[in-house]
Amino acid sequence: MNQEKPLRRRPWAAGLVIFLGLALSGGGYAAATQAVKTEEVSTADQISEGRNLFLANCASCHGTNGEGAIGGPSLIGVGAASVDFQVGTGRMPGQASGPQLFKKPLQFTQEQISAMAAYVASLAPGPAIPADEYLAGNGDPTHGGELFRINCAMCHNAVGAGGALTQGKFAPNLNGVEAKHVYEAMVTGPQNMPVFNDSNLTPEDKADIITYLKYVDDNQSVGGFELGAIGPVAEGLFTWVFGFGFIIAITVWLGAKSN
Amino acid sequence: MSTATEAKSGGFLSGTANYLDERTSIAVAVKTFGRKIFPDHWSFMLGEVALYSFVVLVLSGTFLTFFFQPSMAEVHYDGSYAPLKGAEMSIAYASSLDISFDIRGGLIMRQVHHWAALLFVSAAGLHMMRVFFTGAFRKPRELNWIVGFVLFILGMAAGFSGYSLPDDLLSGNGLRIIDGMVKGIPFIGTAISSGLFGGEFPGTEIVARLYSVHIMIVPALIILFIGLHLMMVVIHKHTHYSGPGKRDDNVVGYPLAPVYVAKAGGFFFLVFGVIMAIAATFTINPIWNYGPYDPSPVSAGTQPDWYIGWLDGALRLAPSNLDVNIGEYTIPMGVMLPLIVSLVFLAAVAAYPFIENWVTQDKREHHVLDRPRNAPTRTAIGAAGATFYAVLWAGASTDLIAINFQVSLNSVLTTMQILLIIGPIIAYWVTKRACLSLQRKDREIALHGRETGRVVRLPHGEYIEVHEPVDEYELWKLVDFKDYQPTMVRPNKNGKITFGTRIRAAVSKIYFEDRIAPVSKTEFELAHHEHAPAIEEKPAAKPKAKRKPKAIAK
Repeated sequence: MNQEKPLRRRPWAAGLVIFLGLALSGGGYAAATQAVKTEEVSTADQISEGRNLFLANCASCHGTNGEGAIGGPSLIGVGAASVDFQVGTGRMPGQASGPQLFKKPLQFTQEQISAMAAYVASLAPGPAIPADEYLAGNGDPTHGGELFRINCAMCHNAVGAGGALTQGKFAPNLNGVEAKHVYEAMVTGPQNMPVFNDSNLTPEDKADIITYLKYVDDNQSVGGFELGAIGPVAEGLFTWVFGFGFIIAITVWLGAKSN
Repeated sequence: MSTATEAKSGGFLSGTANYLDERTSIAVAVKTFGRKIFPDHWSFMLGEVALYSFVVLVLSGTFLTFFFQPSMAEVHYDGSYAPLKGAEMSIAYASSLDISFDIRGGLIMRQVHHWAALLFVSAAGLHMMRVFFTGAFRKPRELNWIVGFVLFILGMAAGFSGYSLPDDLLSGNGLRIIDGMVKGIPFIGTAISSGLFGGEFPGTEIVARLYSVHIMIVPALIILFIGLHLMMVVIHKHTHYSGPGKRDDNVVGYPLAPVYVAKAGGFFFLVFGVIMAIAATFTINPIWNYGPYDPSPVSAGTQPDWYIGWLDGALRLAPSNLDVNIGEYTIPMGVMLPLIVSLVFLAAVAAYPFIENWVTQDKREHHVLDRPRNAPTRTAIGAAGATFYAVLWAGASTDLIAINFQVSLNSVLTTMQILLIIGPIIAYWVTKRACLSLQRKDREIALHGRETGRVVRLPHGEYIEVHEPVDEYELWKLVDFKDYQPTMVRPNKNGKITFGTRIRAAVSKIYFEDRIAPVSKTEFELAHHEHAPAIEEKPAAKPKAKRKPKAIAK
């Protein structure tokens, strides 16, 4: 009886074990870190279109292979989310160098942005574009509000009206910013913003923050016009200019009557 | 109605009046107060605005006391504001949210209360500036200036204690700054802070304590001081602007009853209406946005209400590298410097009437107000002080200036620091020169009349522009002001020149060295004689009252 080697002794077994081990750990890692995945798999066509767009519009600052140059940082590993945020809000392509890039009208269609995102994502793994389930704004606004006050309000103000940072940098107003971009900003930390990765704020936490911001966006202040929601300075200015302006007009009217 | 009641003697109205008068002698009071004369000018109504805002504050504040609970015990919010549902917060904050969302009329009352507070302090501030720039603080009103000053400080205290009550994030941040300032005072700071907050900040006491301060102590003091303030107005009688028949020993205007009772009553409702209109349309202090207080988060754009802004600005503008180390103790100048500077500023404001009087040594009573230009140095000092205050004030919004004008926060801060020093100097100089020039212009107009733009050729060929003399009411305004001259250094009774005399002479020189003398009668007549042929045929204007004064109280 030709003794067959047990399966585990066959020559290819070791390779299989190594493959399985790698697949499990790597795949598990990938699954754990990339809980948020794009549904549509980027095709080779998309990537090559993205590369062409990249070469035409971005390479002068970011290098022909996204490795970075004098004008701009390396894009290897920044992920699709970063491209979708920067180009999707019009910040990229940048207009002029300065303390911070401003939001501008979009320069590309969403299709083109996705292509560039796919190309940049193909350079090295990085944060992906978030799944819709986190962007619907159906989380817990109370928890989101609390997280927002603790993590975001010191720069963006308690209702996201924005605030100043040092040397001309600033935290922009979050009013009317798309949920997708809010999420992407949190995972990629654009410009002067810190990164809030998934171990810091879980995707559910981020969804809650988006829910809170959406609530603030959708609900007009019950007290009337908000004066920019920037707090007591606007209120004081209003008192002096309009409140007191009106009162002085009345005093002048009353004083003039008798003359 | 009145004719009917008066027709039959012993009608209801007169019967009631008689009944009251026989038992209270109220007729005396009505007669005295009813015949009090008040002059008419828009700038005399600013103090009234403050008074009326205060009445609105008391009314709306009383409403709020029914629903506000000054407790720092923790609860889970269960009201109708969705983004805070279930959040842990103090009862004080929860009840403020209930006032805003679940109590009928609560939000408008909160907004009325807050807008009225902003208006109250700004009206008081403007009133104070009016009094300053017209010299209404001179004898016999120096003490009333002090009373008014105390009222302004009390207004700030009332405002700040109220701002801290809702226990939201914004008010908690404000209290934390106060706590930090108090703790920065050497030696005693920590003990004071601990006493104030009942232990370590924020503790569980402060809201209840501030509540007593806010609804009892400060309002009672404000009412007391308003009483004193108005009593002195009655005793001193009101000041008036210069004009024909208006002298330092009379008041020209209308009687309280019926003219001012109607006017002031109507004005109260107008002020009330403006406050209501603003409160109904504009959000103020949206506490639901800020969330419950928690010492860890600080929101961007955290500022105090406007009247505390200048103190916040002083903190922001103070250089951070001036700390003094004595042995192992550090004196934090970043806190002490703003504290000292603001206290010195307030002391200077309070003491100004006495400082000016020490310079002028004027013992006369003054009831005719100065036009600001006729007291150039005082006006310039006022402008410098206002600029100093304004820069500190703007300093509290450096971050908002930076973000809204897209400039660097650091350069805004540096600019403000520089402006704080040179701004008042420029303001002083520009204002003083502007006043002197305006006085020169007045003098010119008084002597030669207004330019009409009509050029006339005289029979002998000379061309001349026709000047139209100002009418005598206008003229009075131009020439009737007091003229001070620098004091000379003279030895006193003992034949000695004291140090004080020298200082006073030096200050007096700053005040009155550059001066434009009022037009004298001789000058006036001389000028008119000269210009006689060029001046249109009009009765020669003389600085003398001809119109019958409306009413004069002695």
